[in-house]
Amino acid sequence: MLSRTADSLYWLARYMERAEDIARIVMVGHRMASMARSLENPGNEWHSTLIATGCEQGYLAKYPEATAAQVIDYLVRDPDNPSSIFSCLETARRNARVVRTALTVDMWDALNETWLKTRDADGAACDRERLLELLEWVKERSLLFSGAYANTMLRNDAYYFTRLGTFIERADNTARILDVKYHVLLPRHEGVGGALDYYHWQAILRSVSALRSYHWVYQERLKPWFVAELLILRPEMPRSLLSCCEQIVRHLELLAEAYGGLRGECHRIAGDMHARLRYGRIQDIFQSGLHEFLADFMERSIMLGNEISKLYLR
Amino acid sequence: MGAGRHCRGQYDLIRGWIEETAADALALKRREAELLFRRIGITFAVYAEGGDPERLIPFDIIPRVLDRAEWALLSRGLIQRVRTLNAFIRDVYHQREILRAGHVPQELVLLNEGFRAEMQDFDPPQGVYTHVAGIDIVRLGPREFCVLEDNCRTPSGVSYMIENREAMMRLFPDLFARHRIAPVSHYPEELLETLQSVAPANCDHDPVVVLLTPGSFNGAYYEHSFLADEMGVELVEGADLFLDDNIVFMRTTEGPKRVDVIYRRIDDDFIDPLTFRADSTLGPPGLFNAYRSGNVTLANGVGAGIADDKAVYRYVPAMIRFYLGEEPILDNVPTYCCWAREDLGYVLDHLGELVVKEARGSGGYGILIGPQATREQLTAFAAKLRAHPENYIAQPTLALSTCPTFVETGIAPRHVDLRPFVLSGKEIRIVPGGLTRGALREGSLVVNSSQGGGTKDTWVLES
Repeated sequence: MLSRTADSLYWLARYMERAEDIARIVMVGHRMASMARSLENPGNEWHSTLIATGCEQGYLAKYPEATAAQVIDYLVRDPDNPSSIFSCLETARRNARVVRTALTVDMWDALNETWLKTRDADGAACDRERLLELLEWVKERSLLFSGAYANTMLRNDAYYFTRLGTFIERADNTARILDVKYHVLLPRHEGVGGALDYYHWQAILRSVSALRSYHWVYQERLKPWFVAELLILRPEMPRSLLSCCEQIVRHLELLAEAYGGLRGECHRIAGDMHARLRYGRIQDIFQSGLHEFLADFMERSIMLGNEISKLYLR
Repeated sequence: MGAGRHCRGQYDLIRGWIEETAADALALKRREAELLFRRIGITFAVYAEGGDPERLIPFDIIPRVLDRAEWALLSRGLIQRVRTLNAFIRDVYHQREILRAGHVPQELVLLNEGFRAEMQDFDPPQGVYTHVAGIDIVRLGPREFCVLEDNCRTPSGVSYMIENREAMMRLFPDLFARHRIAPVSHYPEELLETLQSVAPANCDHDPVVVLLTPGSFNGAYYEHSFLADEMGVELVEGADLFLDDNIVFMRTTEGPKRVDVIYRRIDDDFIDPLTFRADSTLGPPGLFNAYRSGNVTLANGVGAGIADDKAVYRYVPAMIRFYLGEEPILDNVPTYCCWAREDLGYVLDHLGELVVKEARGSGGYGILIGPQATREQLTAFAAKLRAHPENYIAQPTLALSTCPTFVETGIAPRHVDLRPFVLSGKEIRIVPGGLTRGALREGSLVVNSSQGGGTKDTWVLES
């Protein structure tokens, strides 16, 4: 297939996933901020939300400080922010339009209707009362799109590139959500393991729809290293870094098979990332620093993305 | 359709159908048709400030009907015309015999902006320049069809011919069961075979055909993707192609793949920044050189626009006599060229009865419709004409016939024209039918979709 077609499918899937991920991160921010308010601990939750979405720089170029209303607007609706939810949906739809014939009707419908609705959304869409409703809707639309393509696309290279886009973006996002915790400074009198700390971890689990899963897997109170283990190392957790890397390796292998054994640096990087997770231990990760581990992972995943582009998409 | 309620005989079947279908049922079908088109996403962009970039072209559910004898006449006339246009382009870029014989003014051709000196003495495969020609036809009388305009560069609209039929078959299956209507859905296959038949002589494998589009922001992008999809060929943009050792390749996920035939839907000006407009990013640098070297075929050929210039148009009947030694089967609509002094005088005297067009314009922009213009508009236009007569041609307004059309107040006659698509490769082929465009406003003569015109299905009866 044309490199450009593959590129559009890949980015289309990434941007749909990113829209959902930003929605999930904003939900975490929202929940953490409400907790802080009710525990009378005004903190820097919105600032850490900006960091987690990778939008801090762009935001600070526009606004002097992180206030709830402005951060929400910037992350949800702002057309100046290429990673705002609405921008992501717009970019996804633009990519889809370019490769219209490579999409199934169900994929197109899911994308197009989502875009039509955001195009018509009014300024009040980000109001505090309606925010959660909107974020839930974004999540639903993204899930609809994933379902549409998982259930209707031919299992060929077009599908593999779409899958790659989804999982590379998702891995990056799970790492970012976990890393939010690092950037939220606990107030001096609130120690690790206190009520606020507890609610933060709970919010993180909720944001990746994993609070129930946690209890099924661990049957214990929330403990930071278990939460981290669940989201990093557990193969049964579908948004964990390990699960995402398994999918990435698998689809890169399927591509290599489809293209007569053609492999490149991206195959090596993906295999290496996968092995680290497959054989990693959570105590080691905590010992050398969770934040450092996540930062290293995100850097590798950027390298992986670049190498995939180099081999297939240009 | 003439004045009053008189329709040609072949419309009896339509009349019967309308009479036996309740008015609200028809209205319902009309709404269904619109939903159908919106869902499929057939849209047409208008290049005007504030225009909806994904606007629907209005679709009329009453088909235009041509009987077998009419189509036979048209088809012979179209083949004659397109053979001639092709011979003219070939001549213009070789010996220029028609200019030397004085049948076409030399400066009109050689100083024309559609003329490409770069094409001199180049022989495209099979000698074909106009692989896809859209010839706009109007009817002046019962057996009298005229050519309103030739389109030899990148005529569009064929997707509507196919989709309109598809919609009609979904909405009115009974009608199709009762009548023998020539099918049109095989057009993409005919197009693909035509393109394959003009592969470069040095191509020793199954030719790889691609469709080159300016991209998804182009008004006809839907048609580009539709045709590529139906032919099963890649829809490429300029950046997908590159030249290596004068050979065209496309970038694929499996590495470079050689391209043999490019059905390009971008203008000459933009196909190669090294030869034509240097600021174009729509075509890959070096494409023209590869074309001239015979390593790739471009369809339509470069420089074919010289044959569809509105000023050159006037000489097509003379060309038919010159190249084929035949009398034209399809005549021209009488045309006044304002750069000729006697013509200009006539046009200025009769401005209120004429349609005046820019000789180089397209899409119905910059047009004056005399009978509908106010006194001020006429005066202003006369001044423009006197200042730059070389820019204008004029035609009488009786040029368009009418056809029954569904409008707000019921069914009424509206002006229509017809664009059949003529394919030239090793042989000439025409899918029976074409794109019928109709004005929607009463008395309007402008059928261009960019000016609010609509389309309808075109039926050629087989018996």
